[in-house]
Amino acid sequence: MSNNKRFNISAAYFFLAPALVTIFIFFLVPVLAAFLISFTDFDIYSLGNFQYARFVGLRNYIQIFNDPLFWTSLKNTFYFVCVGGPLSIAVSLGAAMLVNSKLVKFSGFFRLVYFIPVVTSLVAVSIVWRFIYHPHFGMLNYFLRLIGIGGVDWLGDPHWAMPAIILMAVWKNFGYNMIIFIAGLQNIPEDLYEAASIEGASGWHQFKSITLPMLAPTTLFVAIITIIGYFQLFAEPYIMTQGGPLNSTLSIVLYMYQEGFRWWNMGYSAALAFILFFIILVVSLIQLKIKRESEV
Amino acid sequence: MLPQKNIKLANVIEFVLLFLFLSVDFNCGFHSREKVQINFWTMGAEAEHVQKLTKEFEELNPNISVKVQAIPWTAAHEKLITAYASGTTPDIVQMGNTWIPEFVALNSLEKLNSYVKDSKVISDTNYFNGIWKSNFIGDDLYGVPWYVDTRVLFYRTDILKRAGYSSPPKTWEELYDVCKRIKKLNNNKAKYSIFIPTNEWAPFIILGLQSGAKLLKDNNSMGDFSNPDYKTAFKFLIKFFKENLAPVDITEVSNLYQAFSSGFFAMYITGPWNVEEFKRRLPDSLRYSWMTAPLPALDGHHYPGLSLAGGSSLSIFKTSEHKKEDWKLVEYLSRRESQIEFYHLSTDLPAVMSAWEDPALKRDKYLTAFYEQLQNVIPMPQVPEWEQIVSSKVQQYAEYAARGKETPDEALRLLDKDVNKILEKRRWMLSNGTKKNSK
Repeated sequence: MSNNKRFNISAAYFFLAPALVTIFIFFLVPVLAAFLISFTDFDIYSLGNFQYARFVGLRNYIQIFNDPLFWTSLKNTFYFVCVGGPLSIAVSLGAAMLVNSKLVKFSGFFRLVYFIPVVTSLVAVSIVWRFIYHPHFGMLNYFLRLIGIGGVDWLGDPHWAMPAIILMAVWKNFGYNMIIFIAGLQNIPEDLYEAASIEGASGWHQFKSITLPMLAPTTLFVAIITIIGYFQLFAEPYIMTQGGPLNSTLSIVLYMYQEGFRWWNMGYSAALAFILFFIILVVSLIQLKIKRESEV
Repeated sequence: MLPQKNIKLANVIEFVLLFLFLSVDFNCGFHSREKVQINFWTMGAEAEHVQKLTKEFEELNPNISVKVQAIPWTAAHEKLITAYASGTTPDIVQMGNTWIPEFVALNSLEKLNSYVKDSKVISDTNYFNGIWKSNFIGDDLYGVPWYVDTRVLFYRTDILKRAGYSSPPKTWEELYDVCKRIKKLNNNKAKYSIFIPTNEWAPFIILGLQSGAKLLKDNNSMGDFSNPDYKTAFKFLIKFFKENLAPVDITEVSNLYQAFSSGFFAMYITGPWNVEEFKRRLPDSLRYSWMTAPLPALDGHHYPGLSLAGGSSLSIFKTSEHKKEDWKLVEYLSRRESQIEFYHLSTDLPAVMSAWEDPALKRDKYLTAFYEQLQNVIPMPQVPEWEQIVSSKVQQYAEYAARGKETPDEALRLLDKDVNKILEKRRWMLSNGTKKNSK
């Protein structure tokens, strides 16, 4: 019996081995290496001769906390997450409810249309949106002018660049969460709504007392995934603004990329990565905690 | 049944492996005895054009084959560094000459001094002085100029004429004056005189060099941007933004050629690659309404003013196992005839001066300014960190000052502070190096 059990376990290990080995080599080892590198000043000189890498202890981390660009990028990233995240979730939920409504015809068609931005290449989308945002010939400003609002310099004005990026990111991403919300909505038993309408509850009441609580697990999942994804803002500013104007769209990941892969300050860049990791970890834990407390 | 099957499978595997080993061995033997293969990495369109020349080279040297590999400009730097890190560098590489210090710091390039000394084809007198110098680190030569590039002034002759200038500005004062006049001419807030994009560092470095700034000091280990010479140049440029002569917001110009032809701006400091682009993309009606000119000089200085020594060189990697053959190819590409042929294929400006006597080159009126300018170019500080200093920090603080987020003085103070931080490692390396030497 025990022999058989041991055989089972080793068989399990045998079948798991390829995955475990892959994770070990391609995930754990690089993460560990990056962690060690974050305590050195590994750079272009060190690449030529490893002796030129110095162990600098916490210097990278201390420098980061004294680096105005880090604080700018952190502020920008939080701006993006705090405004873009909730907005994206709200739009997704709204779209999901619209598409899921029985009054809508061709809901399959709309689902498809709303999902298209998600599967379109972000590079292509960013380039098209750059034209849409153009201050002189852009479509957005053209429509704004029709209703009498003149000349917002979307990507060129430090105050408007981040809202412009948020708007595009929300448009690009809401389809994905919408699909998840639709799945969640379809899991809500119909009789709850029937009972509520017999009792005379209004649409808003039904939404507040049935839809939202029943969707809570879905919302938590969507929120965590969205927030984690939004903290890693990179491609949109990388393609559209390169972090400008006046570094108003410089995100942590973009800053990390520039330091690491453009200038080869690997140590500094690795330290930035771990700070970002820590921030995301804390935010996710807080979300889970809130969720657990609300259940109790 | 089963064991038999296994034996068969094992036999098959054995046979395949044996075959693979044999064929690999055979291939290696064949190559090393018969032919030397040169791996040659070039960027962008050059790869396509150079293949015609390498074919001719192969015909002349039947024992050498050249494998040209194209790498895109945008990924070239990263790819070369990764190739270095993984030990898969090519034999010869086209190297942007601002990158040379970096690859010398990696100790990866072959010194070419002795090759040149023994060469009948390549000699320093064949080349523009400033360009030749840009391939040196200290006394050591690490690249042979292949094609050259510098910045000149592109301008709208019709607009300048209306502003009262029948010839291009020759001094800083004239440059400022003509900009003022064009602005007045337009009487239109939405148009500008000159385009100085803050995401291009070149003008901010060129004008600094013109006013005598060294940019870095103490053996290139500290920033020297707060120096009065540099301040003069920086403040002069920022004035164009402050007085609305140049657009601060670069996104307003989404298509350079369209903006130039619509008169959104009338002047732009840029490089030779734009000559062909301007010819091709500007409407026919403008064909006689634009021109190139050497850069204006600081008031009271020799015209034309200094510009950058840019372009690409050919470098040989230390790891190459057949440097004699590599050098032969470098020599072949540096012959006058090859340089002329390469110009015809690519329109890249030849590095060898005598190639400029080619009729097609001489006939092109837009290139005269470049020839004149190339007599007066100097290299930038040759430190590996230079690319980072200019593309991230100089541009960042130029934008800060142009948008008025910082005063020019404060911007330059912060710039020096950041540059000193970037150069910290270099200072450590220098002091360590001297310690080792004194021992």
